[in-house]
Amino acid sequence: MEAVKKYGSFFRLRFAMGLQYRAAALAGIVTQFAWGFLEIMVYWAFYEAEPQNFPMTFEATTAYIWLQQAFLAFFVPWMVENEIFDAILNGNVAYEMCRPVDMYWMWFSRSVANRFSRATLRCFPILIVAAFLPAPYRMMGPVCLEDLFWFLVTVALGLLVMVAFCMLIYMLAFFTVSAQGLRILFVSCVEFFSGAVIPLPFFPEGIRDVMELLPFAAMQNVPLRIYGGNLYGEELRRAVILQVFWLFVLILLGKMLEWKAVKRIVLQGG
Amino acid sequence: MKSALKLYGHYISIVVRSVMEYRLSFLLSVVGQFLVSFNVFLGIFFLFQRFSGVKGFTYEEVLLCFSVMLMEFSLAEMFARGFDAFGGLVKSGEFDRIMVRPRSPVLQVLGSRFELTRIGRMLQAAVMFGYGVAVSGVEWTLGRIATLVCMIVGGTALFSGLFLIYASLCFFTLEGLEFMNVLTDGAREYGKYPVNVYGKRMLQFCTFIIPYALVQYYPLLYLLGRVKNIFYIFLPLAACLFLIPCYGLWRLGMRHYQSAGS
Repeated sequence: MEAVKKYGSFFRLRFAMGLQYRAAALAGIVTQFAWGFLEIMVYWAFYEAEPQNFPMTFEATTAYIWLQQAFLAFFVPWMVENEIFDAILNGNVAYEMCRPVDMYWMWFSRSVANRFSRATLRCFPILIVAAFLPAPYRMMGPVCLEDLFWFLVTVALGLLVMVAFCMLIYMLAFFTVSAQGLRILFVSCVEFFSGAVIPLPFFPEGIRDVMELLPFAAMQNVPLRIYGGNLYGEELRRAVILQVFWLFVLILLGKMLEWKAVKRIVLQGG
Repeated sequence: MKSALKLYGHYISIVVRSVMEYRLSFLLSVVGQFLVSFNVFLGIFFLFQRFSGVKGFTYEEVLLCFSVMLMEFSLAEMFARGFDAFGGLVKSGEFDRIMVRPRSPVLQVLGSRFELTRIGRMLQAAVMFGYGVAVSGVEWTLGRIATLVCMIVGGTALFSGLFLIYASLCFFTLEGLEFMNVLTDGAREYGKYPVNVYGKRMLQFCTFIIPYALVQYYPLLYLLGRVKNIFYIFLPLAACLFLIPCYGLWRLGMRHYQSAGS
């Protein structure tokens, strides 16, 4: 209980901070609309020529793209906290370690709050406007309540998996000092395997089967496809179980790395 | 001019030395940059496993379009991406120092912010360009080679102009405008498909407002032998004219500059 309160306050603090940047949010929303439109136009051009080769309905694709834009802050790999990297680089991490809280969970709750506050500012305007657009661009409503329920559950799980993955990068930064390289490597892997470049259903069968097992598929892939009705029944259950599994594995790995990093830590700077 | 080049070379050598202090990280950045743009290629590749064409363009033709666009962007980025971090210079007041030095501010901004890690994307662009040209099946006549060269020159100028606008706007807003990313990174990202894929209105926008189509769609038609008019060879060079209003905006911004730092 005590712990929930402690990390809850880190969450609240960050959340309130994130909500301050309203002008940035507005600029972001406009940008995301542009990206969403262009993305839909591309798929529409493909769809017009060969609708029979489309692996999901066009409405589901549109929903996938708008949700991707609306929940961008949840799932973009490059939204890591520079403060943490800076702290590791300039030695301020020593202060963080002095605190009577667990470093891992402190950073974890901070990251979740950061992403959460950005997404709450941005997602509603995007989704509401997208719902009233003309035909190929229109965002569909949820198919049924059950889908909506699973969407909400898996979007939360996906966010946690994403943050748990980022935590690995922070911990690895203890070993490489300048983390820029590590970060960009990580960004490119996540983008490709999580379905940010093209949604996973668009990949050929064999490759797709493997990709769906990876931790990256437990991020945006699951909730975004559930909403459009592309993931259901047995497959849905399996995807949720995989999400929970990867969440545990990633947290465990992160904690192990933290333990190792703290044991051999060298404080930089002075 | 000669001393400006020497100074630029000096700036680059400083950047190289400072980056080499973190060698492992630099290598990883290069690999990462390479992979990030490789992702875009993989996206195209896998989409075309499923579909045979888009708006009358085949996989090979789209690949040629993508690789030329990536080349133009990477070249511009290598030299002009320094404008990206320009908001920081203005906000911290560091631009004051640049203004008092007896050298061109553009040169100083570009030199001090030369991004070596972008070499990863440049490598990627070079590989892609070679591959794109090789598989395109285009018969390389003199006219077509000239078209390709003009495309690269015009495209590099166009993207440099956009980076310059991005920086100039910082004089007025202090902060880089996120929306500008749509015009630069977005154009690289979505310029992989010929502009007409996005419909007629988009084509008009990309012809008359921001001339992407001049360095991409129209000369591509000539490369693929769909139009015969020689006029199309030199059309990309018209995109260089875009630099004039961009530089004008920069001058205007400089005149309006009020130091922000302390």
